[in-house]
Amino acid sequence: MSTAFPSFIDRRTVVDWLGIAPFMIFALMFLIVPTLYLVMGAFFTPDGDLTLKNIADLFTPSILSAYWISIRVSIASALGGAVIGFFLAWAIVLGGLPGWIRSSLLTFSGVASNFAGVPLAFSFLATLGRTGLVTVLLRDWLGFNLYGTGFNILSFFGLTITYMFFQIPLMVLILTPALDGMKKEWREASEILGASTWQYWRMVALPILWPSLMGTTLLLFANAFGAIATAYALTGSSLNIVPILLYAQIRGDVLHNANLGYALALGMIVITGISNVLYILLRMRAERWQK
Amino acid sequence: MKTSKILAWASLAVGLIYFFVPLIGTLEFSLRMRRGAYSLDAYSTVFSDIQFRSTFGFSMLMALFTIIFGMLLVVPTAYWVRLRLPQMRPVVEFITLLPLVIPAIVIVFGYLRLYNSSSFIPFTGSTQGTNVLLVLSYMTLSLPYMYRSVDTAMRAIDVRTLTEAAEILGAKWPTILFRCIFPNVMSGVLSGAFITFAIVMGEFTMAALLNRPAFGPYLQLIGANRAYEPAALAVIAFAITWLSMGLLQLVSRFSKTAPLRP
Repeated sequence: MSTAFPSFIDRRTVVDWLGIAPFMIFALMFLIVPTLYLVMGAFFTPDGDLTLKNIADLFTPSILSAYWISIRVSIASALGGAVIGFFLAWAIVLGGLPGWIRSSLLTFSGVASNFAGVPLAFSFLATLGRTGLVTVLLRDWLGFNLYGTGFNILSFFGLTITYMFFQIPLMVLILTPALDGMKKEWREASEILGASTWQYWRMVALPILWPSLMGTTLLLFANAFGAIATAYALTGSSLNIVPILLYAQIRGDVLHNANLGYALALGMIVITGISNVLYILLRMRAERWQK
Repeated sequence: MKTSKILAWASLAVGLIYFFVPLIGTLEFSLRMRRGAYSLDAYSTVFSDIQFRSTFGFSMLMALFTIIFGMLLVVPTAYWVRLRLPQMRPVVEFITLLPLVIPAIVIVFGYLRLYNSSSFIPFTGSTQGTNVLLVLSYMTLSLPYMYRSVDTAMRAIDVRTLTEAAEILGAKWPTILFRCIFPNVMSGVLSGAFITFAIVMGEFTMAALLNRPAFGPYLQLIGANRAYEPAALAVIAFAITWLSMGLLQLVSRFSKTAPLRP
């Protein structure tokens, strides 16, 4: 048997690679090839000629505005989630709260960060919709008409605060280990050297934490950017964000050009891809201090 | 009281308001169906809806298949990479993280172009084929969570020694895999299974675009047409997520206190 093979392919190597063949075939067929197919399609005309026109067409006002709204919602919900999430994580790690609060908040964050999609939209409609609990209570108790202020849950602002419901717990979950890694000695050393709390945070803590903070914020951004179910259930197709536009395109070719649809998908991959790569780079930087 | 402690409690208060007001609002709204009094009418309407039962059952079945086939794919791969191909570890890990980078809607768009009824592998040509494709798409979605939880569990056991011991005792590959490796990474398998269950039950994009009668598209349909039932469904969905995550916590806590076998 061994003489049948040239010496550089011994049987053990073949068996080794066969072991992960099912996984590789699965990944190729259901993850990589479908994605590459769209990416390639973005550079061709329907007749099969190479073109950059689809990419150029992304910069027409209607598509550009969809990207712009998506990016704004994602940035706003990522920043909001990051700020509130940071303070929550800080409160349970360094704020001196009782231990049971920490563990229950972390458990709850695990649940809430997975509570997305259609039901989340229902929750916020039931709370801040026209007849939602908060809207009604503000009107009956305080005489304050929320919808009189121009607020609408089916809007940019409404979508942002809805997304923050899963962004905040995600931030808490990722940031808590980073805050755990802050050594007590750093604080003590700076205090002995006469630093104020503000100086400690500005000159010691934040320079160490910023890669974690930035990285996680980018992750939250990508997380919001790809989400569709919540937005679709909340606003139907009234808010023109990229995932909803792509959904409509897949359903009924609303752009009247299949290859432009591929370019739309490519744009999404590029944006989530860049933010994830930056996240990984920042994470590697952050880990330098956690040894 | 120190300022930092006041700030900590204040942050906690903001967080709690953010988390609990929508939940209380949903609960209150779901009880409001009968005019003038709180009642469980919305829930009884939902539970007596034949479509609720059929879509819920369909999604449960899909989740079950996803977990079974996902684990049959992930556990042997993670095992093999640890045992024989450690140099492939970064590549495999990178691939398992890709579903977090590529949005679900893009992946399913690719499927629809690649596996339509006029292609080489016409998954979407028949109902059964589409169901298979749906399970495969859910396997893709849950890959990051499944792989991570199984790989973490595998870190705690010495794969090489276990394999060698089994080989010396005369075990064949299937025996090693199913009677030796699987039981030892059960905590990882279970936590992967619970998170997969939570993801699949509420998943909307894949099922809607593949046109399958799953629970996610049903939720969306009810949301577009009814007033009080969506709130009741949101409470039910939250209970499902809570249940899966609660069981996950339980499993991981249990596995931590269990003595580590070499």
